[in-house]
Order: sequence, then C-alpha cells, then structure tokens
Amino acid sequence: MENKIKKVDLIFEKVDHLAILDKSFKRTSDEIILDVIDSGLRGRGGAGFPTGLKWKFAKNEEADQKYVICNADEGEPGTFKDREILTQVPEKVLAGMALCGKAIGATEGYIYLRAEYNFLLPMLHEKMKEFNKQMKEHNFEFTVFVRSGSGAYVCGEETALMESMEGHRGEPRNKPPFPTQHGYLGKPTSINNVETLVFALMIANLGPQMFKDLGTFDSRGSKVFSISGDTPKAGIYELELGMSLLDFVNEFGDGDTKAVQVGGASGFCVARKHFKETLIGFEGIPTGGSMMLFNSSRSMYNILHDYLEFFEEESCGQCTPCRVGCQQLLKGIESVKKGVKPPPYLETLQKLSDTMKIASKCGLGQSVGNPFNSIINNFREEIIY
Amino acid sequence: MSKYKVNLKINNIAVSVDEGTTILEAARKLNFNVPTLCNHDDLCVAGNCRVCVVEQKGARLLPASCATPVSEGMEIMTNSMKVRQARKHIVELLLAEHNADCTKCFKNGHCELQEISNEYRIGDHVFIDLVKEKDKVQDISSPSIAKDDSKCIRCQRCVRTCAQLQHVSALAVTHKGNEMRISTFLDKPMNDVVCTNCGQCINRCPTAALTERTYIDQVFDVIYDPNKFVVVQTAPATRVAIGEEFGLEPGTRVTGKMVAALRRLGFDKVLDTDFTADLTIIEEGNELLRRLKEALVDGKDVALPMMTSCSPGWIKFQEHLYPEFLDNLSTCKSPQQMFGPLAKTYYAEKVNKNPADMIVVSIMPCTAKKFEADRPEMRGSGYKDVDFVLTTRELGMMIRQAGIDFNKLDNEGYDSILGESTGAAVIFGTTGGVMEAALRSAYEIVTGREVPFSNLNIKPVRGMEGVKEAAIKIKDVLPEWKFLEGVELRVAIAHGLANAKILMDRVKDGTANFHFIEIMACPSGCIGGGGQPIPTNMEIRKKRAAGIYDEDEHMTLRKSHDNPEVTEIYKSFLHEPLGHRSHDLLHTHYYPRKRH
Repeated sequence: MENKIKKVDLIFEKVDHLAILDKSFKRTSDEIILDVIDSGLRGRGGAGFPTGLKWKFAKNEEADQKYVICNADEGEPGTFKDREILTQVPEKVLAGMALCGKAIGATEGYIYLRAEYNFLLPMLHEKMKEFNKQMKEHNFEFTVFVRSGSGAYVCGEETALMESMEGHRGEPRNKPPFPTQHGYLGKPTSINNVETLVFALMIANLGPQMFKDLGTFDSRGSKVFSISGDTPKAGIYELELGMSLLDFVNEFGDGDTKAVQVGGASGFCVARKHFKETLIGFEGIPTGGSMMLFNSSRSMYNILHDYLEFFEEESCGQCTPCRVGCQQLLKGIESVKKGVKPPPYLETLQKLSDTMKIASKCGLGQSVGNPFNSIINNFREEIIY
Repeated sequence: MSKYKVNLKINNIAVSVDEGTTILEAARKLNFNVPTLCNHDDLCVAGNCRVCVVEQKGARLLPASCATPVSEGMEIMTNSMKVRQARKHIVELLLAEHNADCTKCFKNGHCELQEISNEYRIGDHVFIDLVKEKDKVQDISSPSIAKDDSKCIRCQRCVRTCAQLQHVSALAVTHKGNEMRISTFLDKPMNDVVCTNCGQCINRCPTAALTERTYIDQVFDVIYDPNKFVVVQTAPATRVAIGEEFGLEPGTRVTGKMVAALRRLGFDKVLDTDFTADLTIIEEGNELLRRLKEALVDGKDVALPMMTSCSPGWIKFQEHLYPEFLDNLSTCKSPQQMFGPLAKTYYAEKVNKNPADMIVVSIMPCTAKKFEADRPEMRGSGYKDVDFVLTTRELGMMIRQAGIDFNKLDNEGYDSILGESTGAAVIFGTTGGVMEAALRSAYEIVTGREVPFSNLNIKPVRGMEGVKEAAIKIKDVLPEWKFLEGVELRVAIAHGLANAKILMDRVKDGTANFHFIEIMACPSGCIGGGGQPIPTNMEIRKKRAAGIYDEDEHMTLRKSHDNPEVTEIYKSFLHEPLGHRSHDLLHTHYYPRKRH
C-alpha cells in the first residue's frame, strides 16, 4: 500500500533557540507578526484561532503591562503531545514565549502546567532559570515563570486558566472581553498552546513559506498527533495536516478499526464508512492532536458513557446547560439502555446537546454535543441494545 | 467621559444606545422583556444561568444578553426558534435539578423560577429528576437563615451578595460538575461559620434555597394563648416597606395601617421600637460625650472612634473580623434589645403583668435580629428579653393569613406607654439616620442650640454613597461642656459590610480620624434589610429612604430628647443615662469570634 502520510520534523528538531531569538529581536513586532499571519498558523490546542491575528490583537492594545501565557494544561483525554514537547524541547517552548513577548510587547510569560505534569516541574524550573539568565545576557527583556494547575479539566479553557492563575476558582469568564483585551490580571494577554509557540519559533527561524508549503489551504503546516487506542503504533507523531482518515487508519490502525475519535473526548467520532471522505484539518475534522482508534471489540456505549462521566464531573458547574445537561445526557443514555426510556428519547437528548452547543458559556459545554451526536448518529443501535 | 452611541437592531427594530450597554438593557429599552435569573441589579454580571440567551445574526453561539455588550451593526432576535428552544431547555434543566414541590414551598408564588416556568408552561418532566435526597435536608442550624440545597439553582446571586456587597463570603461555590453546590467553609452548618445573618442572600435568592427561619406559627400560638400577654414592637424601617407586601409603592408610609393590622392580629399591645430608638440616642449620645470627656479632659486611653451597635449583622461581622475593635463598639444594646428588658420590667410593672407571662414579639426589617434575640446575654430582664422576631415579610404573611385587607384599614396609633417616638427615631431606618439623630441631640445637649442645619435635616450624612464623612464644628458650648469648645466633631457612616470593611481598614491602619462612626450591615441601612420585602434594588431602597425622611418631617417631635416618654422613664425608672439600671438593662458586651 502506498504511504500517503507525510511525517515532518519541525517540533522536535533541535535548534539554536538563542540564535533564532537574536535574529528575531532585531526585527520589529510587525515583521514577526506578519510572518506568523502569512504562515497560516492556527492554534494547536484544538480551537484553531489564527495565531498571528491573536498576536496582532494583543499587540494593538495599549497597556502598561501585557502577558504571554503558554497553555500547558493538556487535559483533553487522549492528548499527550505537549508533555513530550516540554520534555524534549523545553527551550524551544520558552523561546517561543519570548518571541510572542517581543511581538506583542510583553515582558513576562507564564507556563500554566497541568497538575498531573508536576513531575516536570524540577526540570522546567532548571530550564526556566537558565533561560531567564540567557535572556538577561542577551539583553532581551523577558522573564518566564512556571505555574502549576490544580487538576481541573476546565482550566485548559483560556479564561478559566487565568482565573486559576489569579488564585480564583477555575470558572470561565464571559467573552467579550477576550484575553487579548482583558486577560491575566486584567491585562492584554496572548495565551497559546505549547505546540503553537514552538511552531511560531520555527516560522521565525525558517520563514513562513516552508510552513505554507505543508498542509492544505485552511490547515497549513504540520501537527503533532497523540495516537492511542487499538493501534500497534501508539505514540506521538508529527504529521502533515490534510490527510484523509482512511490513509491515517491504514498507517496506524490494527486492521480492524471500527471508529476513530478525532480530537479527544470533546471531538468527533468517525465511523469506518466515513473514513475515506473525512479530512483531518480545519476543512474536515480539526483536532488538538488526539486520535483514538477503536476496533470492533469496543462497545461504543461504554465509550460514550466514559466520556459523559468525564464531562459530568469536569464541568465547572457554573452554567446551566453544561452542568445539568451533562448529567442529563449521561443519565439519559443509561435510561435508554435499561429500557426505562424509549429509544426516541435519544432524539430528545440530541436536541438538548444542540442547545448545549450554542448556549453553554464556554467550549467545554459547547463541545459535549460533538462526541454525543457523532457516536449516536453512527452507532445508535449500540447505545440502545 | 462622553459615551459613543452604538446602533443595533433588536427584533428588527433599530435602536441607538450608549457604548457598554448590554443587549439585555437595550432590549428592555425597546420594551422587549428577556427573562433572567442570575442577573441582579445590585450585583456584578455572572452570565451563568443562561436563561437570557438571545440569537445574534451571523453568530454560531447564543450570547447571554445580560453579559454581552452591544456592538455596532449587531442584529439580535430575542425570541427566535433557536432562542425559544434553548430557553425552554434551560428552564427544563433547572427544574430537573430543583426540588419543585411548589405548592408546599415557602416561596410559592414568590419564586422567580416558578414565574419563568409558568410563563413557558413547562409541562411534563421532560428530563430526569436529579434532586439528591441528601439535599432535601434543610440546614436550620441558624436562628436566622434556612438553607435548602434542593431548591438551589446555582445562580450564585447569594455568593456574589455575600462577597461583593458584604465582604463576608460565608457562602461560596464548592466542588464542580454534578457535585457543584453553594456551601460554607468545610460544609459546616450555617450557625458555625462567619455568616453575619444579615439575610442579604435571602433578599436576592430567586428560589427558596435561602429563606428566613420563620416563627409565624409560634407567634400565633402565643397570641391564642389566653394566659399570655403579647406585646409587639415595630422597627422604624418596617413602616415604609410593609405596604409592598400588599402591592403598594415602595416607600409608602403605612404606619397607621400596620398598627391597625397588628391589633387585628390579636396582639395585646402594639408598641414601637422607635421609643427605644429615642432612648438609644440618649444613652449612646451620653456614652459618646463621656468617651470624649475621658479622652480630652481625663487623658484616659479611651476607645475612639466610638461605633454604633444597632445593627446585629455589623456586630457579628466586627466580632469575626475586627475583634481588636470590640471596645470601640458602643455598649448600648440595639433598640430591639432595649425594648425587651424594659417591656418585661418597667412596662410589666406599669400594666401590672407578670413578666413570666409576657411575650415580646418584634417586627423587624432584619434577619440578624432573630440571632440577636437569641444571644445568651440578652436576658437582662431575667427572661428572654425578646421572645420572637418576625421579618417585615413574615408580618405580611400573617396579615394575609388572618384575612385582613391591609389596604382598606384605617390608621390607628400606637398604644402608650412605649409607643411614643420622634422623627429622630424613624430615621434610624436608613443609612445615616442614627448619626443624624445622635447629632440632633448631642449638639443640643452640648450647646443648648439646635443643630445648624435647615429644618434639622443634616444633609451631609444622608444619601446612598457607600462611605460618607462629615464634620461639625462645636462652638459656644454650655459651661459644663467647656472642653468641647472649638472641637470639630468628625463622623463617618458606612452601609453594607463591604463598605464597613473599607472604613474599618482605614481605622485600622490609622488613616481615618473620626470620633463617631455609624455602620449598618445592610446596603442602604435597615430599609434594605434582609427581612424586607423582595425584590430589592437601589431604586426601591431610595424610595423607602424617601418615605423614612417624609415620616420624620411629619412628626411633631423630631429630637429624641424631646420624647416625653423618654423623659418620664428617666424620671421614674432609669434615673440617669448610663446609670445603674441602664447598665443592667440597656448595655451589653461583645465576644471575639473566629474568622471562618
């Protein structure tokens, strides 16, 4: 079989991060930002907001202080690539933050590290000290700090993350105002995923063209995937965006792949019959990197049940659609399974998940409908019987 | 700063509003109502109940109209298909986690969730009932506030009230997801935490999750008991608010109707807390003058500024948060607690009743008064000085239950004695009132002249500003007050405990230099008390305050020391302010409490 999957090595490639910063700090903010905009880089945490635009918005705000935050609260089930990036190339992450700082006019950067990654703290503190020293030596006005989360999934949501950093309960804020206007401590803040910052650094290093040459029109470049489930090749891979799910499964599946959950628990479930026409990228199904493969031995009811249990517990509980909706979806499929509610009750629940999608306060509640509807649409009989 | 105008369309009608206006405000300007639950005029925006979602043309999400500012060219639909479906879903979800035993509920007919549910005719249980059995157990540990988690819709109005308005944070959000709830420090019972019993949370709770502990049945029981002699006292702020329970405008003065209703309810005597408010002024005014003399003449280390002690929520706040300033609190009991022991001693003797058979009931704008009456030190008469405390709302309920048509009652007057009062007592009901009453008397005691303000209205201490400051120069004093000649008496007033904290922090770090401070626990003072009719907001409280000042202006007597009953009680019973009897019956002491 022809291998249509293209492996790329931008993220983990060792580079002289200080040389890149030396070069970049001689340029203007606008030049740095224009390159990032030109490259087409979109946020690698999953939501896919154009990174250059975010930096431009933050840059255009007038403020006495601005902040860079590196979102390392990698909490999406099935995603583990940021851990690896932080372990392998921490100095590239730090340099990416400094680059962002230079671009938007921030002199302080914070890594928000998920509580479960606290084992990385001693190493990160070492790297941070060394990096801050290097910044001083090179006369770059930028200091990095590391903050540890407390274990809530919702704190990966950018505004909940900032609330958490400020010492408050991790609850998402109302938007607008957006973090680029009113972020950490009320100051303009650019908050970017670990991987995004490293890509930005590589774009500063190699120019936007090499990035544009990869991927598709809407999904430029490559992406680090966390591949897990029923696969003989579980692990972390940097792949060009825009591949079809069929090609992906041919490369990574175990020959018996029934479905792939693209984008983690909050992503979409794609059944075998749709592999061919499903493209991995913003034109098709975007992902923060998580690809979970399921073979025919798996019960889709159990999978959905697990996801809903996760959301029921990890909702911050603040807004009604998410707090109560998650409980209803979970109890609802249990009732249908037990025969307490009739099968058409699933349609009632799907309508509810549509409301959650548009009326919830943050991305958590808004995305519960993704796995719910895609699993039920594809595997309705497995949920009922 | 001049504001930009923003043009938008709501339900296809063009409107131009100030920049920063929310979609909700803009819609209401066009007379489109959008239902809300977590939103409250007095509180910061939360945007968490999502009942107020609307559709924005071109947007994927339905924005919460209470939390989203308008933007140029926006097109909003407040009642589209999508909105209707989402809103119904949200109300259904809230009902699924709400113990909807409406007909048996204390707030039946006064519940905002019930109102919306009724409006949308939410029928059969669409979703699965999620109410936990353990949540159905009410926390009634506090004598003031009952907490019922099974009724809670997690709108966090109480949390914001407790933090933002009161700076107490006895109530906070705990846990997450399906376990998320409003709770206390370590889930302790309400009587065991920093709660000041102010009841502001009750005033803003849309459902019956937070209500006052009610004692209506106990009060009816003693009324019907032929062996009990039941007297009732009414606080100043009740008379401008009880009308709201019967559909009257906030601030409508209904003192005479209230007295008539109380008599019809069967109370043996209808008396007035305003009498002891006047008495408080004499005791507290003399206490202030004594402290000033001790400080200025005797060179003693006296606790100044002196702080008022009428508000039991404020007292408990001070005991928890500023225990090092307990000596600064006036030792005077509150008017309610001065009334109790006097009723069971002086009054009992006058009317020839055995105090053991006497029951004192008070009608208060306040829930903390329930706690205050229960304090162990409030037994100066040898009995529990005040037996039952009812809120303004509970009185409304009693009147309705008894079938009394309140609005048609003719005015009646208070019984004598302990029924006479002055305008100075009435203004205790609003922020700045105690200060104004004290100044009217103290200034005159010291100088022999009335306060130098037109018509006795001391405007600088009035109004709704959070912290007010004023100063009065004392000149041409009477010979015995020589030491006060030329002294500028500096006073400050705070209402709402968040403002109290601002003022107390200044006192603590030495940047405030006052002689006398008035603090009321509730926003706007007692008229905004935790026992007052619901709803509340600044506009309503301003109307009630206007009612209070109107009542004052209509009184024949307007200075506490002119109250003939007060003169009489000193002549025949108390003998002198701050004397032995006063010390036994009218003064108290305070205890430090833990911070949590």
